[in-house]
Amino acid sequence: MERKKISFILNGKSQELHIQPWRTLLEIIREDLQLTGTKEGCGEGECGSCTVMMGDKTVNSCLVPAVEADNMEITTIEGLADGDNLDPIQEAFVSYAGMQCGFCTPGMIMSAKELLESNPNPNEEEIREGIAGNFCRCTGYTKIIESISAAAEGMQGGE
Amino acid sequence: MKEYRLIGKRLPRIDARDKVKGRALYTDDISMPGMLYGLILRSPYAHAKIVKIDTSRALKLPGVKAVVTGEDTAKVKFGVISRSRKFIDEYPLAVDKVRFIGEEVAAVAATDPDAAMEALDLIEVEYQELPAVFDPEEAQKPGAPQIHEHAPGNISREHHMKKGDPDRAFKECDLVREDTFTTQSAIHAYMEPRAALASWDLTDKLMVYTSTQTPYYVQQHLGRTLGMNPDNIRIIKPFVGGGFGGKSDGLSAVEFSAALLSKHAGRPVKIVCSRDEEFTAARRKHPASITMKTGVKKDGTIVARQSRAILDGGAYCSLGPLTTVLMGTFQTLPFRFEHFQYDGYRIYTNKPPCGAMRGHGGPQVHFAQDAQLDMIAEELDLDPVEMALKNGLKTGDESAAGFKIVSSGFAECLRKVSEAADWQDKKRTEKNDPKKAYGIGLGCGGFPSGAGFYFNKTTSAHSSVIIKAGEGGGLSVLTGASDIGQGSDSVVCQIVAEVLGLPIEDIHITSADTEITPPDMGTYSSRVTVAAGNAALNAAKAAREALFKVVADKFEASPDDLLAEEQKIFVKGSPEIYTSFVDAVNLYQKKNQGSPLVVKGSYNSPDPLSPTYSFGAYICEVEVDLRTGELTVLRYTVGHDCGQPLNPMSVEGQIEGCISMGMGYAISEDLRFDGGQTLNPSFLGYAMPTANQMPKIEITHVVTDDPHGPFGAKETGEGSLDPVAPAIVNAVYNATGVRIKDLPITSGKILQGLKDKDR
Repeated sequence: MERKKISFILNGKSQELHIQPWRTLLEIIREDLQLTGTKEGCGEGECGSCTVMMGDKTVNSCLVPAVEADNMEITTIEGLADGDNLDPIQEAFVSYAGMQCGFCTPGMIMSAKELLESNPNPNEEEIREGIAGNFCRCTGYTKIIESISAAAEGMQGGE
Repeated sequence: MKEYRLIGKRLPRIDARDKVKGRALYTDDISMPGMLYGLILRSPYAHAKIVKIDTSRALKLPGVKAVVTGEDTAKVKFGVISRSRKFIDEYPLAVDKVRFIGEEVAAVAATDPDAAMEALDLIEVEYQELPAVFDPEEAQKPGAPQIHEHAPGNISREHHMKKGDPDRAFKECDLVREDTFTTQSAIHAYMEPRAALASWDLTDKLMVYTSTQTPYYVQQHLGRTLGMNPDNIRIIKPFVGGGFGGKSDGLSAVEFSAALLSKHAGRPVKIVCSRDEEFTAARRKHPASITMKTGVKKDGTIVARQSRAILDGGAYCSLGPLTTVLMGTFQTLPFRFEHFQYDGYRIYTNKPPCGAMRGHGGPQVHFAQDAQLDMIAEELDLDPVEMALKNGLKTGDESAAGFKIVSSGFAECLRKVSEAADWQDKKRTEKNDPKKAYGIGLGCGGFPSGAGFYFNKTTSAHSSVIIKAGEGGGLSVLTGASDIGQGSDSVVCQIVAEVLGLPIEDIHITSADTEITPPDMGTYSSRVTVAAGNAALNAAKAAREALFKVVADKFEASPDDLLAEEQKIFVKGSPEIYTSFVDAVNLYQKKNQGSPLVVKGSYNSPDPLSPTYSFGAYICEVEVDLRTGELTVLRYTVGHDCGQPLNPMSVEGQIEGCISMGMGYAISEDLRFDGGQTLNPSFLGYAMPTANQMPKIEITHVVTDDPHGPFGAKETGEGSLDPVAPAIVNAVYNATGVRIKDLPITSGKILQGLKDKDR
């Protein structure tokens, strides 16, 4: 099968890959680009563990054919921190114990990122809805909601 | 309460930064040069003889490097409760027979996942289908299909216990109620699917990275099933994405197949389960039918309990024989019974094996117990909180199952939640809205902080910790305790840092690597904080003692007069006379011919059942739409006694997680079957709670200073689940008058109940 060339921006850097057209965005992120922060929890678009940003929207990368990333800007969990400086959302997850096992965490943080970029000052209901596509089995979501809320407040205060 | 520098503080986890950056490596994130991708072929039949397996076509497929079946194994059975031979009933790859849909029959390894998938289709298995049985009542009847030769009547385990004379006592009771409660099939649904990566070195030693709660048991059982000395096997637990009991079986076909395929192929092999495999073939919680008879005095004093439980065990033992026992003993927490009898029967059926799941038998029987006590309170016109106060176990009591209560904050939990939730007023809320009804309900619990017994024959302690001091003043801490997300790595570091007066950043932990870390039984039965925490405490005290000795000599002081704080060791009352921690370590080395400071600490429960018990009382508030039966859980008010919370954020996280899991169990989670076939093997089909369904949660820590726990701490990870479901059940009754005795509480059941009531 003929490979297809795709070019895209990944975490701020341009990438060019020649891929088999049936491969998913998740597969090329984890296997070809060795960025294992993005997790596969189900491979069926149901759990949200593989959430990444494609442009300014989140997608379940396990459902997205990698060819659709062509000419797009992709951000994964590895693209949020600037060296040791965490994104305010990441910082809040650390301070407010927004994770336990950590497996859903990268996807959860990406969903929070999209939420706060489109709605910098969400109320609690909006936060709950914003992460309703991401399953977490450990935390009961409570501390995740607190973390996102604290991140939003911190980001507001910083402006 | 004593104030500590680190204990009791809301500290970030030591691995939190790695997790939020996506840098925490789970088994599937690890790869090795030349690594092959493995997949498992599973039985499509619920019960069948394996007549023949032909792997030749699969082996010829380009890219396929190994195919293994039961014939390639030593044909040695395993079972996590290996102390008893009849609980060792399962081959890691099926031999001669399959007993459930999804049972592991063969495994392949190939250079890429697609070739492995194609190879699965090329393995030709000839089955001869056998009659199967799916219902535990049917399975006990004469003439029912026999699932195992060693188990006539398909009884996998029966357990009987009796204290006093319940039959006589019932005659002296003012009220005796008997009800039957049933529970559904629920599953752990940890976010990380099970995975294993195995490789062999040139000296035939095996190394396995695996997503497990119990690396030590995996080492032992892999040794047994592969016919190897376990010491030649190194099990490494990387980050694990949750377990909840589902990764505590000591061995799974995933680890075994990866190891065997790797041996055959001569290359590393990684197997990662699909979500479908997890929902169809992994361990799960026991569905149960519980007939419970309780006798009380007019004033609400509980006198006697008689109960009988039938557990649908599935095809193999797993941890089920223990579940059978615990569904009896856990009824005796948190209430006193003068007379108590329990008869439990675990029945083999041709369904996926049931094992331990968070709470381990507790959620099933606490649902029954608290629902029935709620009914009894209503019949006697008593307040359920008052009745719970009257019957709750106190410090110094012994439960009917022999649990010795060395600290109990149960009564205070009840008082605190009753007040915080405004129980008395809300309980009497008028129900006059024809569209919506509000209700409030109570759930109660108590749970052991770790089993005091072993599953296998061993001379190892329950937990051990080794500390090695570096000459830069940092401490290497080695523990077999397995952090699967609950935070044990952080707790161990916190305890060591507290004792030695060091910042947590100076503690460097290596955990759950059987080659390096001392044996630890693993993460199950809510044992880790007390067992590994005490081992860490003992090791840290040993390090302190060794350092104090050399520092005391230097200052010509008594070691008893020294303190370790702020990276210094100084004489009490004279903070100006000190030596830095790093100097103390180097002084120790100088005095000991350069030998490093290495100390160890271990812990065994002083009681064969458990060292101590947690307690909790939960009040739940719900709203029910009377037209549709839709149930909304509004709020939980929680009072929890886990002794001294070591890190309140972690304790709250356990409770909040339990509320989510318990809510799912109460209202939506249900694996449905057609015969032996799972009908809803997906996250959306299984329907566990999402963020927008979670209620408000208010938690009160009732702090008791437990005499056995490290710094007075007890468990919180499992006991917190028990009260969740019954609190909803009782709240639904309070709202609607509909009594649910069969989980889960669907809107259909509520509507039917409302209709029946109107008749």
